Amino acid sequence: MARDIAEPSTQPMRVGEPLLSIRGLVTEFATADGVVHAVDGVSYDVYPGETVGVVGESGSGKSVTVMSLLGLIPQPPGRIAGGEVLLEGRDLLQLDSKELRKVRGKEVAMIFQDPMTSLNPVLTVGEQIAEAITSHAQVAKDEVRRRCVALLELVGVPNPSDRFDQYPHEYSGGMRQRAMIAMAIANQPKILIADEPTTALDVTIQAQVLEVLAAAQRETNAGTILITHDLGVIAEMADRVVVMYGGRVVETGSVDEIFHSPKHPYTLGLLSSLPRPNVDMERLLPIPGNPPSLINLPSGCAFHPRCHLGEGRSSCRTEIPPLHQLGDGRHSACHFHDEMAEETARVERETGTTIEGDDA
Amino acid sequence: MTDEIRPRPHQHGFPTPEDLPTDTGREQADSTDVYSDGTEVEARSQWLLFRRKFLRHKLAMGSIVFLFIVTVLAFFVEQITPHAFDEPNILMRQTAPTFEDWHLFGTDQIGRDYLTRVLLGAQISLRLAAIVAVLSTVIGVTIGALAGFYRGWIDSLLMRITDLVLVIPLLAVLLVASALFGGGDPVRIAILLALFLWTSLARIVRGVFLSLREKEYVQAARACGASDLRIIVRHMLPNTIGPIVVNLTLVLAAAILIEATLSFLGLGVNPPLPALGRLMDDGRSSMLTSWWLIILPGVVLVSIALAINFIGDGLRDALDPTQQES
Repeated sequence: MARDIAEPSTQPMRVGEPLLSIRGLVTEFATADGVVHAVDGVSYDVYPGETVGVVGESGSGKSVTVMSLLGLIPQPPGRIAGGEVLLEGRDLLQLDSKELRKVRGKEVAMIFQDPMTSLNPVLTVGEQIAEAITSHAQVAKDEVRRRCVALLELVGVPNPSDRFDQYPHEYSGGMRQRAMIAMAIANQPKILIADEPTTALDVTIQAQVLEVLAAAQRETNAGTILITHDLGVIAEMADRVVVMYGGRVVETGSVDEIFHSPKHPYTLGLLSSLPRPNVDMERLLPIPGNPPSLINLPSGCAFHPRCHLGEGRSSCRTEIPPLHQLGDGRHSACHFHDEMAEETARVERETGTTIEGDDA
Repeated sequence: MTDEIRPRPHQHGFPTPEDLPTDTGREQADSTDVYSDGTEVEARSQWLLFRRKFLRHKLAMGSIVFLFIVTVLAFFVEQITPHAFDEPNILMRQTAPTFEDWHLFGTDQIGRDYLTRVLLGAQISLRLAAIVAVLSTVIGVTIGALAGFYRGWIDSLLMRITDLVLVIPLLAVLLVASALFGGGDPVRIAILLALFLWTSLARIVRGVFLSLREKEYVQAARACGASDLRIIVRHMLPNTIGPIVVNLTLVLAAAILIEATLSFLGLGVNPPLPALGRLMDDGRSSMLTSWWLIILPGVVLVSIALAINFIGDGLRDALDPTQQES
């Protein structure tokens, strides 16, 4: 099932070995209608201290990828059918449940999407942060409290020692997400996964939470996987970007490369459908059609029914494009990635704006 | 919900952050938020809301008072009545309720004070029911939690066992079991009852667990590396407490009634200990001449069972956050 796994190479700027390597991960769900290929041969790397933004529509497999690597997929109906996830050389998919539990929350920590539902209403916030610590180490009670209060302070919760004893319903949404971040960094994780950390929040709070997330990352120097469908968040936070579509990686590159010279029509589609407050756009260009059904992925390139570039070209319908390597850490899964410059120019003409910059 | 004092809007429109209490939206019990203009808003916690609703439930409150009085009388029966439960008074056999010599409930066929016997019977019934309630809750919660948390074959196995216990004709099996193993001892009978009365709770807890395990905070706890036991005990059980408490009252009432049935059929608590059911059985023979021998323990039995059920109703209404206060 794992098709066309290109090996992303190390960029000079990224020192050393990748912290986390996802290689050809395949995750399936058995449903009454057939097998859903939620993740279909996904590979990407995370290096220490960097932020990898993972973008894609709902159902593109962004979340399932990270849930799989932590063993949080309900099995059955879920099944990890192939691939490997190497955390410093150790394959997480081969760990038994006990070893995996030691990894969760300690080496790999996760921040969930909705802070309203991710905190247990019957426990105080302090108890829940303390739990993250005591799940992995024997620490004296005073010490746990001291560390939790310090964590709450770090993430910018005012009056942390009072707040420690409060229940989640006494926190606002932004505060709760701060508490979730405190919980995630409690054990100095090597990998921090933020699964749409701002989606459920008020816009005015989003920026603050992102700021806290960035601070938390600086504090722990964790490699961060930031899952979002908000390109604005990606532009703000990410060093590198992985674009996913239909359970596959379609493009990778640095933030600048992705935003200035997209090499996949889907990425271009995302960019051209994005309203920008600082640019006077004549019109937005939506991506036609709907996200693909993961039970019946379109043949060949999964994006071909919605692709302008692939119109009338048979190879798009018949051949699954490999992830072509275009440079250091730069990949595109498009048969015609070399035509993307003209395609970008066409979109720019139609929307009356520039997709910032030209093909490098 | 309008009796709460709301902060008046400030002259300049929006309250500045300094104006707001540091804990906006805080709802802790007993806490009072003071706004800069002097208005105070009493915050309400879940617990406070629960208490309020429960205290307003007249039937439940009445039942609590009633049950409290009966329990005190029953457990201090020796200090309260001037007679021992097995002290016959040959001169006053089968006397109707009277103030003479304080036989308020009359006397039975051999002249024992009936009030003492009924209260002692109530005490035995209540004790037995308490044991049943605790034991069956432990069994039911354990089985329901394991089934709901682990699902799969564990769930199937445990739920089929539950179904099996449910379809057993309760009374028939209990009669045989208490004849074989009960030996007229209240504790052993309580254990036997508990072995059959956990099923509904197991199903309820399983249902709640099935929905709770999909909650994000359970996922989050798992992602934090919490063990299964920790997730079950710390995260899921406290969220199940409402249904458990309500079910506890139902089991309590059911246990009292079933024990009375067993005693009535002669297979409950051994004489000379008076259980309410046994008193009724003894009184049955002279029902037509001495009404109090069967009516009075019956009334006490039914009142206790009803009171417990009313308390359960009150708890359920108060614990249900979706129900509007009327």
